[in-house]
Amino acid sequence: MGYNWNWGVLLQPVATGEGATYLGWILHGLLLTAALTLAAWLLALLVGTAFGILRAWPSRLCDAIGATYVSLFRNVPLIVQFFIWFFVVPEVLPTAIGDWIKSITPSTQVFVVSVLALGFFTGARICEQVRAGIAALPPGQLQAAQALGFRLPQTFRHILLPQCFRRILPPLTSEFLIISKNSAVASTIGLLELSGQARQLVDFTAQPYESFIVVTLAYIGLNIVILRLMEWIQRRIRLPGMMGA
Amino acid sequence: MKTILSTCLGAAASAVMLLLMPVAASGQNAPLDGTLKKIADDGVVVIGYREASIPFSYYDDAKNPVGYSMDLTAIILDRIKAKLGKPDLQVRKLPITSQNRISLLQNGTIDFECTTTTHNASREQQVDFSNTFFAIGTRLLTRKSTGITDFPDLKGQNVVVGAGTTSEILLRKMNADQGMGMNIISAKDHAESFLMLSTGRAKAMMMDDALLAGERAKTKDASEFIITGTPQSREAYGCMVRKGDAQLKKLLDETLAELQTSGKAVAIYDKWFRSPIPPRGLNLDFALSDDMKALFAAPNDKILN
Repeated sequence: MGYNWNWGVLLQPVATGEGATYLGWILHGLLLTAALTLAAWLLALLVGTAFGILRAWPSRLCDAIGATYVSLFRNVPLIVQFFIWFFVVPEVLPTAIGDWIKSITPSTQVFVVSVLALGFFTGARICEQVRAGIAALPPGQLQAAQALGFRLPQTFRHILLPQCFRRILPPLTSEFLIISKNSAVASTIGLLELSGQARQLVDFTAQPYESFIVVTLAYIGLNIVILRLMEWIQRRIRLPGMMGA
Repeated sequence: MKTILSTCLGAAASAVMLLLMPVAASGQNAPLDGTLKKIADDGVVVIGYREASIPFSYYDDAKNPVGYSMDLTAIILDRIKAKLGKPDLQVRKLPITSQNRISLLQNGTIDFECTTTTHNASREQQVDFSNTFFAIGTRLLTRKSTGITDFPDLKGQNVVVGAGTTSEILLRKMNADQGMGMNIISAKDHAESFLMLSTGRAKAMMMDDALLAGERAKTKDASEFIITGTPQSREAYGCMVRKGDAQLKKLLDETLAELQTSGKAVAIYDKWFRSPIPPRGLNLDFALSDDMKALFAAPNDKILN
């Protein structure tokens, strides 16, 4: 179809004269994607666990708060959430705070916004997994803990959550893998992560196939690393005699 | 023996000449090849358009692509119909982006595109460009209240550019070379760039001047914004055709040259740049530049610099 392959373009100095090569841009993008993935996943884990506990807590109000969070963040498309965090939130906050946000270095702004957007979106999914993980435990666990004199927070901390996390580790791995690819949405608000850099390469070099092939390989590599990491964690926390963990 | 050999050679040579004849005599009646042949065989021509490049190629109220480039495309399509003798040729229109336009052209999804594609050397490796149909300069759009009048005023400021554009290359280069300490934001399209500017995230926006005029015309408080600064580059927009597709390029070149020298191109320019345009009846009020006047006087397919 008349395409001129030119892999050498990856090692050429970039058109902007900033002393990097296009491959250097891709590596930089990969680092950003990795950092964003890790930060967003940790936030998602934190938020998801907090709301998951709320949903499992024996209180109607707590459950309702958790359910509202989930339906809000799980039902709005991710890209819309990015735009809301980035464009709408600073406008609805008091002007002084909004202006302060906008005065932060743009690259920092988009990174933080991306972590928030991805973290809260994925948090809603993890919240449901935590709730399901706790609900799947035999009710006797809670009752026995209470009978032994554990208070409710202690019961969650020492009895329910440790078992829950071992059970939901496989879906958490999936979420980790998904978040690494969802992070590509951050390129729409101007974060030059992996797919943002791919787009730059296409525009500056007019070699779309080389660019996307390299970026695809980078995503696959990142996902293999995440998979290995999660397998290692799974082995580390395994308890003999416990189902699936 | 010697004579027989030379006779044979002579015969072979003339046979080769005969074979080459049709190619050598490529005049008006040359057999169709390349994209024109494909269009004639399929009975369908597919063109690309942009969804939000005001006033070149964008949607009107009825979501039809309209604009300066679309008017040119329509005239080119009429020419193709006339040349192929197929007045009822089916025309399909496909929205394209700056990321996919080259790939879609190369893999045959679209047959050509006249939108807002800058003719540059790196793209020439992949595609061929027709005669230039528009010339722009890359300048700044800013709020009057910022007091920014030229590029040196951007020191230490947030500036937004369209990702992957020539403006981005120039601005980043300027930032690195002159140590200006600008924060450069790369927005994904024109509309988002302007959003960054109008919400105050960026103090200025650098882009092709004609597109800046288009973005400014969209806002309610257009009078608060000015287009300013010394043009940092001049660029030529051309229609993209597949590489080596000489026949289609020739048709495009001739059509555009004729429009430009006959004055019809100026009329189309006035329609989109100097009169109210859809969807909101705004007037860009964008005067014909010297580059454009020179182009219309002497049509060509050169890269500008």
